[in-house]
Amino acid sequence: MTVKNSEKLEGNKVSVFFKKLNFTTPTVGVLALILVVFFVFLTIATDKFLSVNNLANLLRQTSIVGIIAVGMTFVIISSGIDLSVGSVLALGGIVGAMIMRDGYPIPLAILAAIAVGIVVGLVNGVIINDLKVTPFIATLGMMYIVRALVMLITNASYISPLPKSFIHFCAETFLYIPTLTLIWVFVVIIASLVIKYTRLGRNVFAIGCNTECARLSGISIRKNTYLVYIIVSALASFAGVLTAGRLATGLPMAGNGYELQVIAAVVVGGGSLEGGEGTIVGTLLGALLIATIQNGGNLLGVNPHILNIIIGALIVISVYIDGLNKQKR
Amino acid sequence: MDENEKIIVKMSNIHKSFPGVKALKGVDLVINKGEVHGLIGENGAGKSTLIKILMGAHGNFDEGDIYIEGERVEIKNPIQAEKHGLAAVYQDINLAEKLTVGENFFLGEIPLNKWGAVDWKRIYSETEKVLNDLDLNIDPKSPVNRLSTAEQAMILIAKIIHRESKVIIFDEPTALITKEETEQIFTLIRKLKEKDVGIIYISHRMEEIFTICDVVTVLKDGETVNRLPVSETDQKSIVAMMVGNSVDELYHMSERSLGKTVLEVKNLTRENSFFDVNLQLREGEALGFYGLVGSGMESVAKSLFGGEEYSSGEIFINNEKVNIKTPIDGIKNNICFLPEDRKSDGLAIKLDVTTNINLASYDNITTGGIINTTKENKNAVEFIEKLRIKTPSAKQRVKNLSGGNQQKVVFAKWLCGNSKIFIFDEPTVGVDVGARHEIYKIIEQILENGNSVILVSSYLPEIIGLTNRAMVFYEGECMDCIPKKEYGEEKFLNLASGVKG
Repeated sequence: MTVKNSEKLEGNKVSVFFKKLNFTTPTVGVLALILVVFFVFLTIATDKFLSVNNLANLLRQTSIVGIIAVGMTFVIISSGIDLSVGSVLALGGIVGAMIMRDGYPIPLAILAAIAVGIVVGLVNGVIINDLKVTPFIATLGMMYIVRALVMLITNASYISPLPKSFIHFCAETFLYIPTLTLIWVFVVIIASLVIKYTRLGRNVFAIGCNTECARLSGISIRKNTYLVYIIVSALASFAGVLTAGRLATGLPMAGNGYELQVIAAVVVGGGSLEGGEGTIVGTLLGALLIATIQNGGNLLGVNPHILNIIIGALIVISVYIDGLNKQKR
Repeated sequence: MDENEKIIVKMSNIHKSFPGVKALKGVDLVINKGEVHGLIGENGAGKSTLIKILMGAHGNFDEGDIYIEGERVEIKNPIQAEKHGLAAVYQDINLAEKLTVGENFFLGEIPLNKWGAVDWKRIYSETEKVLNDLDLNIDPKSPVNRLSTAEQAMILIAKIIHRESKVIIFDEPTALITKEETEQIFTLIRKLKEKDVGIIYISHRMEEIFTICDVVTVLKDGETVNRLPVSETDQKSIVAMMVGNSVDELYHMSERSLGKTVLEVKNLTRENSFFDVNLQLREGEALGFYGLVGSGMESVAKSLFGGEEYSSGEIFINNEKVNIKTPIDGIKNNICFLPEDRKSDGLAIKLDVTTNINLASYDNITTGGIINTTKENKNAVEFIEKLRIKTPSAKQRVKNLSGGNQQKVVFAKWLCGNSKIFIFDEPTVGVDVGARHEIYKIIEQILENGNSVILVSSYLPEIIGLTNRAMVFYEGECMDCIPKKEYGEEKFLNLASGVKG
């Protein structure tokens, strides 16, 4: 029996070590545990971490990335990727900001921004599904195009003033929790229900696992591909309006580089770029973990470059451990 | 030269068993220098197992010896086989498509010049020389994916010749190419023969065996039936040898009465694939599609469901003309298709049993986009019990089930919907004997419920035992539709290899 076990533990010493640790995927449980450890550690090691102000700030920052990451989880489960979300965030932000600045009602501004996001998502879907351009390239192109559009529309200058009520709303807390975070939690709950209880949820997993099988089972690849890119773009442009509210201006360079933070959150949360794997709650925890490391590192006075090394390592290690678990299963 | 010196490969008394099945029971194979040796037998006779053993692909075998030029050798892996001068050309062409012919020739052993850079001059001049020697008019600088399938096959063969192998195995080299192109390959083989290379030629096509081979060895059920010169025999006697007298324990379905016509197909054609296919299918009827590799029968079956698009022709369901262009259309018309390759086409193996079983029926249990999970779980439990799918739980990933149980999950997926016409593409490939019988019982059950079945299979006992009528395909055409009364193995094999009458 012992012989058999050691046979199973093939590979180099490092991978044997991790296999012995017997992780079950970096799933929700493990992530939550790591997060708690960090919280406890930072509470003891710094005076400021466990303060209402600091935590509210941490949550507010994470909420924007977190909202987009929910949409990205759908895309990544379906074995796609969307690099254009940072640019779409800026587009949604300036569209919303311009409409508010001109004195139209706030809800109209939000709806218009979301509508613009839906259009970009649909274009992404058409390029990917109908023109058969791989998602990476299609959305890389869109990332440039949309950012350039934003620059052209705004003449590369910021948009203000925004209505005071909206700025206040975005800075508000309710029972110590920032409104932005409440919105994020709301999006997470809805998305979790969609994943678990709707056709779309099952279809996205089936397509991500095996597109041909999904097609032969009568699932419309076109419709579902359009849908996932629309969802992520709509959430990105919605997040853009919230960003504008938080910063009190519509910035044309808002969301620059967010696509990678968003993807990092999904991947740390257990999403697999091969498709067919990922959870909304995992993504939520992934986003929180990255933000906590950043926040805690700053409070501890760790060099920000060193912090980036830690976050980079976290991404690679979580995918590595995930790969080990796949071999085992 | 005395007899023994002529022998280049000798495999004697080879035994090999897999879990649950004895694939080879003492097979002998003797190949002489400069001889084209046909290796023939039905599917499952043991041809590929034997070849894989010779090429070191199976690693171990239970009993027997291999001699190369009189010396006993151990062949445990493909590298050893290559060292002994053995090479094989398989059906599927393994070339780096985007690289040039020359690069493919030298793949893995790219020559360098004195500066340590790639010696392109040498690559292309040497490749050109080899191609010229073989009278092949192909540009060595052309990327492989610009060549025709036959040219690609030729490159593969040229590459192997270039290595100066002593024995070359051709495993159905003509399966994917046209007749004219086949002639080109034969020319190459004749050239190899002149160079005293021993050649093993595997094909299902009788006329090819008689054109190119000098000697044939006939296998049946893992045993050598006969080894004889081609000049001393004819096509019909060889087919008779392949079939033999032993009718193995076939599965025979009980008689059923048939209902009205549910499916009618007129002049169905798909460019470059199949032509003018006509058929009718009745309630409770099982229609067989029989043919060999490249017969086009799978494409016909897939087109009926919408998995591939046909270019012309008409399909009628219950006497009404329907348009079937996508699987969604097929499912709407209560047709389902169970693909041959379960893992790549039939299952989302990373997902659990429940999702896979419900995958084609979510429409029936969804209201307003929301799935009724109670019904979803009920469906899963019901079919796990009905089909006796062995799984620790309904939430188990399909990946962890055995081949037979995975196949049952695919069955469950379609039984779970409203399907009336079931198209099975090679349902028992890679399934062990026990599970095979269970699958036949499921098919029988489907028929007893008044549904109809199209069974696509290249395993003859299956066609004979299960179907009421069978269409035999050869190169995209239906050669004949045989009623059950007239079933005979020889008749099927002759038609499938293009021999009429």
